[in-house]
Amino acid sequence: MATRTVIPFGPQHPVLPEPVHLDLVVEDEHVVEAIPQIGFVHRGLEKLVQKRDYNQFVYVAERVCGICSFGHGYGYAAATEKLLGIEVPRRVDYLRAILEELSRIHSHLLWLGLLADGFGFESLFNHCWRLRETILDIFQETCGGRIILSICIVGGMAHDIEDSMLRDVCDKLESLRHDYKIIVDTMLNDSSVRSRLCGVGYISFEDALELSMVGPFAKGSGVEHDMRTTGFGAYGDLEYFEPIISNECDCYARCKVRCEEVFQSIDIVKELVAKIPHDGIGGKPGPKVVPPEGRAHVLIEQPRGEAFYYVRGNGTKYLDRFRLRTPTSQNLAGMVRALQGVDLADVPMIILTIDPCISCTER
Amino acid sequence: MGYNSKSPWLIHYDGSSCNGCDIEVLDSLMPLYDIERFGIINTGNPKHADIFLVTGSINAQNIRVVRHIYSQMLEPKVVVACGICACTGGVFRDAYNVIGGVDKAIPVDVYAPGCAVRPETIIDAVLKGVEILDEKARRLEAGEVLRDPDDLLDDEAVNARLAAMKAREK
Repeated sequence: MATRTVIPFGPQHPVLPEPVHLDLVVEDEHVVEAIPQIGFVHRGLEKLVQKRDYNQFVYVAERVCGICSFGHGYGYAAATEKLLGIEVPRRVDYLRAILEELSRIHSHLLWLGLLADGFGFESLFNHCWRLRETILDIFQETCGGRIILSICIVGGMAHDIEDSMLRDVCDKLESLRHDYKIIVDTMLNDSSVRSRLCGVGYISFEDALELSMVGPFAKGSGVEHDMRTTGFGAYGDLEYFEPIISNECDCYARCKVRCEEVFQSIDIVKELVAKIPHDGIGGKPGPKVVPPEGRAHVLIEQPRGEAFYYVRGNGTKYLDRFRLRTPTSQNLAGMVRALQGVDLADVPMIILTIDPCISCTER
Repeated sequence: MGYNSKSPWLIHYDGSSCNGCDIEVLDSLMPLYDIERFGIINTGNPKHADIFLVTGSINAQNIRVVRHIYSQMLEPKVVVACGICACTGGVFRDAYNVIGGVDKAIPVDVYAPGCAVRPETIIDAVLKGVEILDEKARRLEAGEVLRDPDDLLDDEAVNARLAAMKAREK
């Protein structure tokens, strides 16, 4: 009978870009139980909605998380528009969807790099982040910022992105696709990568449903759950959309789903750019417009999965409540389940494959 | 250049950052900006590190972590606050769980503002930090004793800060 030892993991740990703490109960080299402890990044962001008026808060909402920052601004703006009863022009929906898909590519490339770093493939890590710079350059040209874009406002977009620029984006994505194919070939077919990922961190289809997991983590277990299928925003205008799933249920499956989602996102951007209408970009609601008493919510698909935004107005320019349920908070339960019974050396791998975004989770 | 600045190693801790500055710090180590060409290597071990990069503001939960990492680093050491949240608290200054910038917890040598801080700014700040590192090394060689603030690992000092934060909230 092996003795049990508790190994603390984090909050400051080389594989973690963000602080999270885990108490790993181990017997020899096997993890028996993992007890997460969070709260290192909690700022109290939701409460700030009572101190900033509803137009200002979109900038705070963007800073929920620096990776899916555009999506949070989008989610908040869409929920507030619903509350105000504003119908935004179709062009705004298209531009938002394009930027959301670009964010997805950037987020997945970032994650692939971190994963490669996790299993010690240093050059692959560097190549993924080199490719990611293409997307950041696109952001800088079209929006002005690299990480925080501040282009989405309540009622529309802060400024337009011209058609010629959008066509340029498509060209850049095409060359990205070429470079990215080489990386994906290594990622999915290299024997050293496969030996680290295949069969590690198994989560069955039933478990994924029971723990209500979302995003690529659930899709890697065969759950067809993607908010883009509901056709919010411009996604309803796509010719064809089907979420990418994989039935292997392990770390390799999650990696494969994300790898292929990048190709899918490139296709979506190209399709939307080809079809984009020209009916204005909306703008800030007038100074007299205040959110009425009532509530509204929207669900959008972030790079990490379904995110839920809820706003409640009280008839003043300050909202009463802003609530956000992020994909990572859904997936933490699945991560704890996946960690049970694995080797200690595989722990970083499993934590990485849920793509945890702690600052979203704790806000 | 002194011996320290030939190859200063850095350690990075994410305070309560939104991740934006965080990935920019990692980004400055990547091929495009490549801070490694200055001999700078990212390490996870505080005892190996010379430069401490902190992103994000200080809150009730992480103040002790930041202080512990700082106290484990050996002299000479330099702290760089990356991003506006680490400098002053930034957009989250008024949030109830935010105490303020990193200088509320530990002494800061270089401030690198920006939301999110750009890799160029980080490189600039780190190189400024290297100069300070040299300066501190010279002072150490001259026989001066560089010491952490007395209350660094003192829980009462932390509790006093937290009480002040609560009072402000009221």
